[in-house]
Amino acid sequence: MNKGVAVTGMGIISAIGNNTKENYRSLIYGKHGISSPEILKTIHRNLPVGEIKTSNKSLATALNLPENNGFTRASLLGAYAVTEALKHSDQKIDRNTGFISGTSVGGMDATEAYFKDFSEGKTENKEFIRAQHPGFTTERIAEHFGITGFVSTISTACSSGANAIMLGARMIKAGMLKRVIVGGTDCLTKFTLNGFHSLMILSDEHCKPFDENRKGLNLGEGAAYLVLEAEEELLGKSVLGWISGYGNANDAFHQTASSENGEGAFLAMQKALKNAGISAEKIDYINAHGTATLNNDSSETEALKRIFSKNIPDFSSTKAFTGHTLAASGALEAVFSLLALQNQQVLPNLNFSNVMLNSGFMPITKLKAKPMNHILSNSFGFGGNCTSLIFTKNAE
Amino acid sequence: MQNKIYINGLGSISAQPEDLISGEAIRVYDENIFSAISPNYKKYINLKAFRRMSKGIKMGITAAQIALKEAEIDMPDSIITGTGEGCKLDTEKFLENLLDQNEKLLSPTAFIQSTHNTIGGQIALNLGCKQYNITYTQNSVSLETAFLDAQIQLREDPEMKVILVGGVDEVSARITSFRKLDGQLKQNPIKNIDLLKVDSQGTITSEGAHFFALSKEKNQKTYAEFQSVSIKNSIQPEEVTEEITAFLKIQNVNLLSIDAVILGVNGDNRYDHYYKDIQLDLFKNTPQLAYKHLVGDFDTASGFAVYLGANILKSGKVLEVLRLNQVECRNPRTILIYNQYLGRDHSLILLSAV
Repeated sequence: MNKGVAVTGMGIISAIGNNTKENYRSLIYGKHGISSPEILKTIHRNLPVGEIKTSNKSLATALNLPENNGFTRASLLGAYAVTEALKHSDQKIDRNTGFISGTSVGGMDATEAYFKDFSEGKTENKEFIRAQHPGFTTERIAEHFGITGFVSTISTACSSGANAIMLGARMIKAGMLKRVIVGGTDCLTKFTLNGFHSLMILSDEHCKPFDENRKGLNLGEGAAYLVLEAEEELLGKSVLGWISGYGNANDAFHQTASSENGEGAFLAMQKALKNAGISAEKIDYINAHGTATLNNDSSETEALKRIFSKNIPDFSSTKAFTGHTLAASGALEAVFSLLALQNQQVLPNLNFSNVMLNSGFMPITKLKAKPMNHILSNSFGFGGNCTSLIFTKNAE
Repeated sequence: MQNKIYINGLGSISAQPEDLISGEAIRVYDENIFSAISPNYKKYINLKAFRRMSKGIKMGITAAQIALKEAEIDMPDSIITGTGEGCKLDTEKFLENLLDQNEKLLSPTAFIQSTHNTIGGQIALNLGCKQYNITYTQNSVSLETAFLDAQIQLREDPEMKVILVGGVDEVSARITSFRKLDGQLKQNPIKNIDLLKVDSQGTITSEGAHFFALSKEKNQKTYAEFQSVSIKNSIQPEEVTEEITAFLKIQNVNLLSIDAVILGVNGDNRYDHYYKDIQLDLFKNTPQLAYKHLVGDFDTASGFAVYLGANILKSGKVLEVLRLNQVECRNPRTILIYNQYLGRDHSLILLSAV
């Protein structure tokens, strides 16, 4: 197999915790973070969300930011998670440190808050005029940590975070960077909540990934980042795991819906396995995309069938814990996959009761200890963008 | 040895006519926000899909098709898109409805097409291309990140042969006009062709799509070799010379062999000094060219610079209107492109003749 790229730090903030430790505890105790929206001011109070119950003000205080800092909520969450990742990897920033962030709507929270003001020519919050631009959110984070070298943003909807991890790994392999912080961030916004609601894919109950009676997804918010380092930079540093494979493909079926046979998902997983240089039976656990929409879960299970035929490995979706955090989801689930590898535990799929008739697939519903070396993590998005990553404990 | 990368096809839609390079008259605008000239989209897009598409999607699909057709490619091995502000028209439409209707009775159509990766996804859908597909959105290095990704793929992955790379941005009524409020646009309307003569804050903006078919193989029609791209988020004005020197050193290119430099000067007197120093010193004996007085400044405007550079290297000819100084450009073999926006997101691109 291919050795891959080392992960030396990780940081996360989500509806189930403000750091890695808290997230891990919630995962093993089956404690979800789904609630009614409180910080997000919306009329849709009946729609459950994975909201982080920390205000922008408290996040800014925790980050020692001045007032009028120009930080969108996505950049506050992002900076919060990056702080933990850097501390964890004991990493100093230098000119060879890159930053690649995935975000779907970036600073939309600011754009929707001030759109009317700007339309009327009011300039009190003009520092947010560029917030609609995803790169704006990324740049605030980069600035906060003094990252001046390679900085970029990926916006491939719900696969953005996974693609950011992939690009970082590829740039390290190509010798273009020595270390890079990769991941994603997205906050709850009226824009996305109403968007998914208008598509009628939000559930008014807690979401039930891979359940025959699933009714749709719960939207969430969060940020997670990994520190990736080139092998020659490691110098005996402890490695949390390796990014050993990645695959990106396009479903080329429909702007928002996935194809029935999960072609894009199938191709992404196939490419990731090939890239890692391992066969499908080596996968010990799959952290599925599993949004709990009718369309995603049936399409994803079809794709899984095509890759694994009858020998489907243990799999689960952790979306019922955090909600679907869009661009951040691939990054959040990268942290969850690394935690699963570190602790040798398969993470449970909450709220499951009825097996999907078409697939007959049963996700893992209780925390399960077992030896694991390779974990596959899926992230699929609008625009047919599908990405699969493989995390490995021992790369030798 | 690293394999070479060639630009074998290109498609450009901008505020200037398609035949600008072959001598068509320059379009003059007297507003600080102006539109791209629409080609006959119906030659490239089927009518049924056409009605729902925003201008950015139409421009993207069309420029992509022109680039592929020129390169005689049916199916690329990757589609890599850069867009600064993505599908602003649909974003704005959905957002206005949401705010006006207080989150009630919303149609999903605009939301569906609002995501930044819509254009890349629609190009894939249009071609039936299931390969690698990604969208970068980092201000003025959105397209440059797409080039960088393509460069890694064509150099590292033996299976990659042809990659479609492009940048798209569209103008919208509200979000684009907000740029007047924070000094990104000039306060008073000016003629685009006067952009570099006016000493004031801000610039002018427009929209466009530029797609490039990059290949490992050259052919009869190859425009230029794409040598390399470099991206830096933040540098001080006095470090520009050092950055350029370091970049050229890595590429094994002597400063004296740069036959022309295409600069992203945009008339904003707060930031054009990033270019000034190298204009007066490093490149004082080098032909200096500019382009934003023709197509405005937007996040992927540098696509027009690559389009110009590739055409100059192929034809050997430089349009008079591009020239910033009087140094003669004879038999251009190597061109450097430098761009930044508001002092951030700096990029260098090196092209050479084949």
